Amino acid sequence: MNLEELQQIAENSKQERAKADFEINVCMGTGCLSQHSDKIKDELAREASVSNKRIIVRRTGCMGLCASGPLVFMEPINVLYQHVTPERAKEVVKSVEGAPIPELLCDLREHFDDQVHVVLENSGRIDPEKIEDYIGRDGFVALLKALTEMTPITVIEEITRSGLKGRGGGGYPTGLKWGTVAKAVGDMKYVICNGDEGDPGAFMDRSVLESDPQRVIEGMTIAAYAVGASRGFVYVRAEYPLAVSRLSTALRDARRRGLLGNNICGTAFNFDIEIRLGAGAFVCGEETALIASIEGKRGTPKPRPPYPAVSGLWGKPTLINNVETFANVPPIIRNGGAWFANMGTEKSKGTKVFALTGKINHTGLVEVPMGMTLRQIIFGIGGGVPEGRRFKAVQTGGPSGGCIPEEHLDIPVSYESLIGVGSMMGSGGMIVMDDTSCMVNVAKFFVEFCMGESCGKCIPCRAGTAQMHQILAKICNGEGTYADLDVLVDLCSVIKETSLCGLGMTAPNPVLSTLRYFRNEYIEHIENKNCPAGVCACGSREIEGSVSGEVEVHA
Amino acid sequence: MSPTATSVDVKTLIINGENVSARADQTILDVARENGIFIPTLCHLDGLTDVGACRLCLVEIKGSPKLFPACVTKVEEGMEVDTNSERLVHHRRTILELLFAERNHVCAVCVANGNCELQAVAQTQGLTHVRLPYRVGRLEVDTSNERFVADHNRCILCSRCVRVCAEIEGAHVWDIMGRGINSQVLTDLHEPWGASSCTRCGKCIQVCPTGALFDKSKVGVSHPKHPEFLPYLNMMRDGQ
Amino acid sequence: MSKLKLATVWLDGCSGCHMSFLDMDERLITLSNQFDLVFSPLVDFKTFPEGVDIALVEGAISSVEDEHKIHIIRERTKMLIAMGDCAITTNVPGMRNSFGAKAITDHAYFTTADLQQQVPAVGVPALIEKVRPVHEVVPVDLFLPGCPPSADTFYTVLSDLLAGRTPDIASLTRFGA
Repeated sequence: MNLEELQQIAENSKQERAKADFEINVCMGTGCLSQHSDKIKDELAREASVSNKRIIVRRTGCMGLCASGPLVFMEPINVLYQHVTPERAKEVVKSVEGAPIPELLCDLREHFDDQVHVVLENSGRIDPEKIEDYIGRDGFVALLKALTEMTPITVIEEITRSGLKGRGGGGYPTGLKWGTVAKAVGDMKYVICNGDEGDPGAFMDRSVLESDPQRVIEGMTIAAYAVGASRGFVYVRAEYPLAVSRLSTALRDARRRGLLGNNICGTAFNFDIEIRLGAGAFVCGEETALIASIEGKRGTPKPRPPYPAVSGLWGKPTLINNVETFANVPPIIRNGGAWFANMGTEKSKGTKVFALTGKINHTGLVEVPMGMTLRQIIFGIGGGVPEGRRFKAVQTGGPSGGCIPEEHLDIPVSYESLIGVGSMMGSGGMIVMDDTSCMVNVAKFFVEFCMGESCGKCIPCRAGTAQMHQILAKICNGEGTYADLDVLVDLCSVIKETSLCGLGMTAPNPVLSTLRYFRNEYIEHIENKNCPAGVCACGSREIEGSVSGEVEVHA
Repeated sequence: MSPTATSVDVKTLIINGENVSARADQTILDVARENGIFIPTLCHLDGLTDVGACRLCLVEIKGSPKLFPACVTKVEEGMEVDTNSERLVHHRRTILELLFAERNHVCAVCVANGNCELQAVAQTQGLTHVRLPYRVGRLEVDTSNERFVADHNRCILCSRCVRVCAEIEGAHVWDIMGRGINSQVLTDLHEPWGASSCTRCGKCIQVCPTGALFDKSKVGVSHPKHPEFLPYLNMMRDGQ
Repeated sequence: MSKLKLATVWLDGCSGCHMSFLDMDERLITLSNQFDLVFSPLVDFKTFPEGVDIALVEGAISSVEDEHKIHIIRERTKMLIAMGDCAITTNVPGMRNSFGAKAITDHAYFTTADLQQQVPAVGVPALIEKVRPVHEVVPVDLFLPGCPPSADTFYTVLSDLLAGRTPDIASLTRFGA
């Protein structure tokens, strides 16, 4: 395929769209599908066919506002419907040129207006199972540009210029990583896309793979060109069947169009991608464990160095990036690194996708520029805490992250600032908690998660998390002592500093951050055998004049 | 290894304030032991690949807040290593406490008493008691093999048996199943040891640092283990 | 100079530590110049006195009686030494923990009893659910592992303590020694 052919496909796709006067886009991401949006789409298609209007009814990926699903987006009237049911299909079709249906109308300016969509630019706009849709929205332009106008070195320079950092949580500069793999010597090199998204409450990668899989393929192919790799793997959780099936379709279509395989776009560049399914181990999101898993071995981490960039899959230099990182690559190559670097803060460039969950009104997926405050995200875009309850904390960074209290909500979101308040960026999960959450119990939950997901290879993580969990359970049951608390703190420091991989090193974070900001709740459990939030088995009484639960919320 | 003396890349570094020299392909642990500097280990064994799992050999390297496992960290020019800081001593003791509290390590009634590396390391680290509560659990004791016993209650999951069986014997009978605190070594696909494809070579018995794997004929008598055959065996094989 | 008051206590253990203590033989006489044995299963005192300088506690905490005693001992003692592995790790007595107290009494008084199948209610203290090391119940000042610690260990440690030195326990003994 060359540029003309690509443009021709894009043109055809546009003409196809132009044939219709109206478009009805139905969200068929996992969230809306779970509420039978497929039936809604069928019903809409049937109604559209019997109407005398020229309407395209399109399946799309995630539109973001999962809490209000099933979602239907109408063009050109630019109206979003929420909680659509199959029964209302007739009305919906009828409203394409008339007045919108008031009770279905989702008019959430504060939710959408402050978002900036780079990774999610096509989500909810294209049919994820039609490569023509992707090409129609500048898809594969970046790949062609890289292959025909750029050298691998200039591609890496562009990525470096963009300031993109790994979106999987570590925040390692992507350009630097690519450069290292490019320089590494090997007769074979690999590119791996890490889609083993396992954090509780996180679904960014799933959504990107479900909504815009071609983008990830394009990003990986550009990366492969830059580092000199000829084989790629996407490691996806088997728990994401829809993402896997859409990705498989996308890979097949890309191969058919000559965008994967040998002599990509008529150049001498060869690259193909295979899917590997994860079998449900959280630790396989850790890169060395993931590599072991792809090799068919038990998924346990290895000490680094050597880093995968030098000795990775089957001992060969391997580039491993997260789904969202690869999804950022095509627009960076298309628009230039400087364009990307214009967004965000001084050290954290671009945008970040977050999955808002927990006690928040607008549960769903959002993409915001780096540097936006947590308060804007939670109370502006996220619509605040439901049922008039008080905000208590937001957990970022998954089980490895920390709980951030109200007093730090005005920090601008960046890799550095979140670490500064004892949490981390992580992959982008944000779990909002209100005053019905007991922070000791929350810490126990996350430690239990890490205990269950520890691979068991190194002793601090294997037995340390079990010991921490035992102590936290004791405290929750009102049987804890101050001596227990001392041991808990001591264990935290040992596990953090001596564990083999990131899972163990960060497992104490939820305990450390809740101890830092909500120590009084621990004390209350120990001293008075009382759980102020009324969650734990030891019983509950309100604490008078206590800091916890008395946090003022400024929406 | 390099055939000519001229091509050997030599590094100099400092361990515990002492100047030492090393070949570039050596680990901190190699060099420390060559120079009589003791670093405790449990999963490391000369002759097997290193996995960096027991975390006892962690050392400090000047300029980094991180701790490095000496068994897999290669020496570098000018490196300043501390093997015995207050923090390291504390962490090592806690790791040993975690091990002792994890399963049944009652030395008095163990076949390996007096010949156990866990017991010996605890003594070198001055561990006289365990602050953590002992986890109560009872694991299987596999006596199905006509010569050997696997007492999982004594296992510290160092994976030496897994490695010696795969790397030296080439049988790969041992592996690890389960995860986290529920991990356990197993033979074949969890067949009883006696019914497994075990070759009865006994190497795993010799490398097991505790009383988890032992010879039935040695019950009730002193059961010293002899893992020192490994480097020799490797040397002879390399020479072929 | 007045002599130090030494006590030895026997909780849930096999008395092997006491045997080993006696194995100091004639060295006991040397030591006895510097301490009085004010309470011990080896002597006939009924109550644990006040103002004990050093108490050597053998055995784990297994029954309500052990729990009761150890608190009194701690209160009346300056330096409490956990003597032997049972006191420190629960050792052999602790091996019942994976079964639970009821399974143990049932086995002893029902399964294996031919006559009078009943749990004695008088004179035999009730077992606590989980055998615990001494330091889990009260603070311990010094740990002397070993099963049992050797007579040499006892002699060195006691000599050091009497001379005001801190004994280097790890060089003398270990778990299971």
